[in-house]
Amino acid sequence: MKRNKIALAGITLLGASSIVLAGCASGGGETGGSESPAEGSSTAVITTNGNEPQNPLLPAMTNEVGGGKILDSIFAGLISYEADGSVVNDVAENITTDSPTQLTVKIKEGLTFSDGEEVTADNFIKAWNYAAQAESAHNAGYFFEDIEGFVAEGDVYGAEGDLTGLKQVDDYTFTITLNKPASDFAQRLGYSAFYPLPDVAFEDMEAFGESPIGNGPYMLDGEGAWQHDVRIDLTVNPDYDGPRKAVNGGLDIVFYATQEAAYADLLSGNVDVIDAIPDANLETYESDLGDRFVNQPAAVFQSVTIPEWLPGFATDEEGRLRRAAISHSINREEITDVVFKGTRTPATDYTSPVIDGWSDSVPGNEVLDYDPELAKELWAEADAINPYEGEFTIAYNADGAHQTWVDAVANSISNTLGIDAVGEPFPDFATYLDARDNEQVGAFRAGWQADYPGLYNFLGPLYATGAGSNDGKYSSEEFDSLIAEGISATNPEDANAKFQEAQTVLFTDLPSIPLWYQNVTGGWAEGVENVEFGWNSVPLFHQITKAE
Amino acid sequence: MATYILRRILQVIPVFIGATALIYFMVFGMPGDPIAALFGDRQPPQAVIDQIRARYMLDQPLIVQYLHYLGGILRFDFGTTFSGQSVIEVLGRTFPVTLRLAVMAILISFVLSIVIGATSALLKGSWYDHFQLVLALVFIAVPIFVLAFLAQYFLGVQLAWFKPTVGGQNDWGDLWLPAIVLGFSVYAASMRLTRSSMIESLGQDWVRTAYSKGLSRGRVVPVHVLRNSLIPMVTDIATNFGILMVGATVTEGIFNVPGVGATLYNAIIRHETPTVVSFVTVFVVVYVLVNLVVDLLYGLLDPRIRYVK
Repeated sequence: MKRNKIALAGITLLGASSIVLAGCASGGGETGGSESPAEGSSTAVITTNGNEPQNPLLPAMTNEVGGGKILDSIFAGLISYEADGSVVNDVAENITTDSPTQLTVKIKEGLTFSDGEEVTADNFIKAWNYAAQAESAHNAGYFFEDIEGFVAEGDVYGAEGDLTGLKQVDDYTFTITLNKPASDFAQRLGYSAFYPLPDVAFEDMEAFGESPIGNGPYMLDGEGAWQHDVRIDLTVNPDYDGPRKAVNGGLDIVFYATQEAAYADLLSGNVDVIDAIPDANLETYESDLGDRFVNQPAAVFQSVTIPEWLPGFATDEEGRLRRAAISHSINREEITDVVFKGTRTPATDYTSPVIDGWSDSVPGNEVLDYDPELAKELWAEADAINPYEGEFTIAYNADGAHQTWVDAVANSISNTLGIDAVGEPFPDFATYLDARDNEQVGAFRAGWQADYPGLYNFLGPLYATGAGSNDGKYSSEEFDSLIAEGISATNPEDANAKFQEAQTVLFTDLPSIPLWYQNVTGGWAEGVENVEFGWNSVPLFHQITKAE
Repeated sequence: MATYILRRILQVIPVFIGATALIYFMVFGMPGDPIAALFGDRQPPQAVIDQIRARYMLDQPLIVQYLHYLGGILRFDFGTTFSGQSVIEVLGRTFPVTLRLAVMAILISFVLSIVIGATSALLKGSWYDHFQLVLALVFIAVPIFVLAFLAQYFLGVQLAWFKPTVGGQNDWGDLWLPAIVLGFSVYAASMRLTRSSMIESLGQDWVRTAYSKGLSRGRVVPVHVLRNSLIPMVTDIATNFGILMVGATVTEGIFNVPGVGATLYNAIIRHETPTVVSFVTVFVVVYVLVNLVVDLLYGLLDPRIRYVK
């Protein structure tokens, strides 16, 4: 997904532990005073960094972080996510999972859009139907894939007409029927693709995307609030009544071409909160900002995928030995420390520490330990089966700041195994994708940012047989069945247990070599309080306060 | 003179068609599918890609796309960006900012190079002249992004004389810092040019004649020597103007100026053909026009050129 690319290209993070996340409501500093949100002024407008949205501001049209940040502020979905990824009802009164394929949604009565229209079940159903339709070609259309009535076959992708799985019960209740078990569906409903749309949107979608009317904690600050390429100014929506009620006076998002510019503005007090420390300042930000920064793992997992088509690496005895040897030969600690200045956290599994149900002790994860001796032994065992020839390449797109770490990983492998391991750069992302999809590369870099805070999202789409983002063409019946059992379990604990079990299969087959979790880094100006980053690396703007 | 101007203006048309065609074919020739790249690491189903390709006519043969683009231009429609804005709107919003920045930088560079170049020429061989030479070498040698970062950090963040970034405020006054950086990045060569051209003029017979007629130094230097030395300077400014329009990309990024730089950069990354072609074409047209103005200025500065034409 696009949010991922942006994050990979730019956001850099530090290795604080997840304890920071759980224990400190006011952000990453040691001060941690979460008890006094009233300190700041309720009229102070918070300014933050952003990017010009790539698409009109339509919820299901947006799949990148620039527009997502704005949409999340001006719309409210059925649920929203707390900083730790846990779920809280927003517009929903309650959501019941009746079976792995059936949900009933009841929404709160009396909520309105900022133009006064009441939010009803119909607003959700119409918006979703619109987004799911093939002819809308919305970027986030795939979110509706699992709802009955959605077709994904051959050339057809999307619903023809309305989704048969959405049924209105009364003004405030509707049911969702799925075409395959997805017990974590309720968990997804906080994503922007699922936001409701007011009736006025359907009169002229294009005009609506230019000046959207939402039901969220903020709204556009009048005509011309969105100055393209420059900024967008949001003011508090007085009619919003939900868990994200703004305690500040508004939110101005200034679009920056570079993170360096945003950082310079933070240092001179022209911007209050930024969600990325530029690479150039990683040496100095701690002294620049005192305790006004955060550096903690985010829901971004990075790895090197070794595709099934690579000679010597098939899913058999030889391939498993070679994959394990590669994994043991990468010094993750050193690379995250030296190359990334601590803004990556060495991986201990295939998901992310900010996801509910995450564990750092999945059986088999010792294959991620740096162990040169063992690596050499395993490689020699594989060579005994079938000698290895040629070089081991790691493909990457050179427009995304990957060269340094790919070279470091390749060096680590070369030095340990005594083979020729090198990075294979492609000039840009499009070229890289082309080569990868045509199976013209060996191993390649991979990154994944979760769509919603659920373990399944890190596993199903990436490693299930034939899944959309299974770029290495991995296939394992055992893994597939464990994932299927997990997604059919209506009890979250049972589901997570299955997902952990599925990961043990991955640790054996190693379709992809886990490297590290990307961290979120951010900073805020003096006098700014209660800055906390959500599971998706975006600050929870509504709770930020500022002394005036 | 009038036919000369007309002829020069008509020359813009083939240049325009040639440039757009060339750029169009080059952007199209870039490997990779722009639509796939829009989605990042999560690949959409082929059907969705096909739909979006059709929306931007990317499924048509290149020549059809190009003719469609040219046809649009005749109706003053330059196509739309992937975000659905009309390219002409984006051009109208970003070009004036970059233009303003380039003009300010040229003015700064012009004043610096005239003042320093002329004084250096008059004080040839003095410590002042040597000092200016060293300083000029420093400014030529330091890459512009280093200059920009240093200026931003010391003048913007530490001393707070300027706002470190420009952001939405892009009136003349707000653009001083990036303009100064840009101006300093090009002044050195122009200054050396002014100096050598002045030194050459100072040794000419007509200067001696002017002095022998009893004219004061205060009149000979500015009116006679400087004016004659301006001819190479004017060409130089035109070249600089082109460099600055294009080279502002880096500076605009660092100072967050909402000009063409970032927009063009992003458009190239996304293979947004209509945007790239339109922007680069405008660059070409600006370059051609500036050169036209330069040729006309020659006539003003040197009557001989005017009458020959």
